[in-house]
Amino acid sequence: MTGPELLAGLRRLGFTHVVYLPDSETGRWDQDLAAAGSPRLIRPTREGEAIGIAAGLMLGGAKPLVVLQCTGLFESGDALRNVVHDLKLPLVLVVGVRGYLAFRQGQSQDTCPAFTEPILQAWRLPYHLLQPAFTRESWEQALESIVTSGKAGAVLLPE
Amino acid sequence: MPISLSDALAVVADHRGDRIVIPTMGAISVWPQLSDAPSDFCYMPSSMGQGTALALGLALAQPQRGVIVLTGDGSLLMNLGSLVTIAQHPADLWVILLDNGQYEITGGQPVPGGGRTDYALIARGAGLPRVYHFEDADTWRQSAGEVFRGTGPVFVWLRLCPRQGQQTPKPPRPMAEQIDRLRRELGVEPRAKS
Repeated sequence: MTGPELLAGLRRLGFTHVVYLPDSETGRWDQDLAAAGSPRLIRPTREGEAIGIAAGLMLGGAKPLVVLQCTGLFESGDALRNVVHDLKLPLVLVVGVRGYLAFRQGQSQDTCPAFTEPILQAWRLPYHLLQPAFTRESWEQALESIVTSGKAGAVLLPE
Repeated sequence: MPISLSDALAVVADHRGDRIVIPTMGAISVWPQLSDAPSDFCYMPSSMGQGTALALGLALAQPQRGVIVLTGDGSLLMNLGSLVTIAQHPADLWVILLDNGQYEITGGQPVPGGGRTDYALIARGAGLPRVYHFEDADTWRQSAGEVFRGTGPVFVWLRLCPRQGQQTPKPPRPMAEQIDRLRRELGVEPRAKS
């Protein structure tokens, strides 16, 4: 999925801000996100902070999307717990799952893919795991289903 | 005269105007005695350290209002990077650091670097353009007009007298009610029921 395709989808779904820490896959979107102006790109210093910023944006009536890697998901646990379960805000995450494809093929000892789904389940956060060769349409459908639910959720990008 | 938490926050209450105020942790034990405005958001239950991040998001979403966040030194230390983010995304945000050198509500244990850390230097180094430091109540009160004039981001480091025997404060109303109240005040649609 190209940056322009990503932006078109985010605009169609009404996202106003992208709170973003890149990984090697989603990093390809950086220049397009930075140049877009709308949705506005916010660059936090770590993932827990990203979720806090998104909470404030939602309280103020904006509609943010948080993009991070699974390692950052692990880091951000308490922020996620607070925003989703204490504040009950409809946080939407896109999570890049580092090493997912190699892990599935038994070619990686990286433990990130082993823990991503169990962590989300532990935090009671619904998620959609996209197929490795996901299309723009499947990505948008997954995001849209979370947005229209009015509840928090995540889309996992296999990497 | 050293600054008590009550004195510190009374000055904020006098100068907040119509800005949103976000008290966190120990500040929640005092702020509701000074103000009960719909634009008060006592961030509890919280995720410790996230007050500055949440305040930045709110300030970006509501650029016409301005936001003041009241954070402790222990909390800020958990999210020091947020000062860099605030500097990179300018907004009308006032970060008021209530530095008592301790984790107050867990029994007064010292925070790392308590009494030695130069938060003004950290804030300037993060790129924040307006940084203030006060260690006595009179100077804080006399300078507050200037501090709250103009635009943010602004960082204010207040060195406070530590308090002992404090317990976890209770927010003045449940979180769901606080959120609905704030969002009504801001003209934002109510949350979807989850």
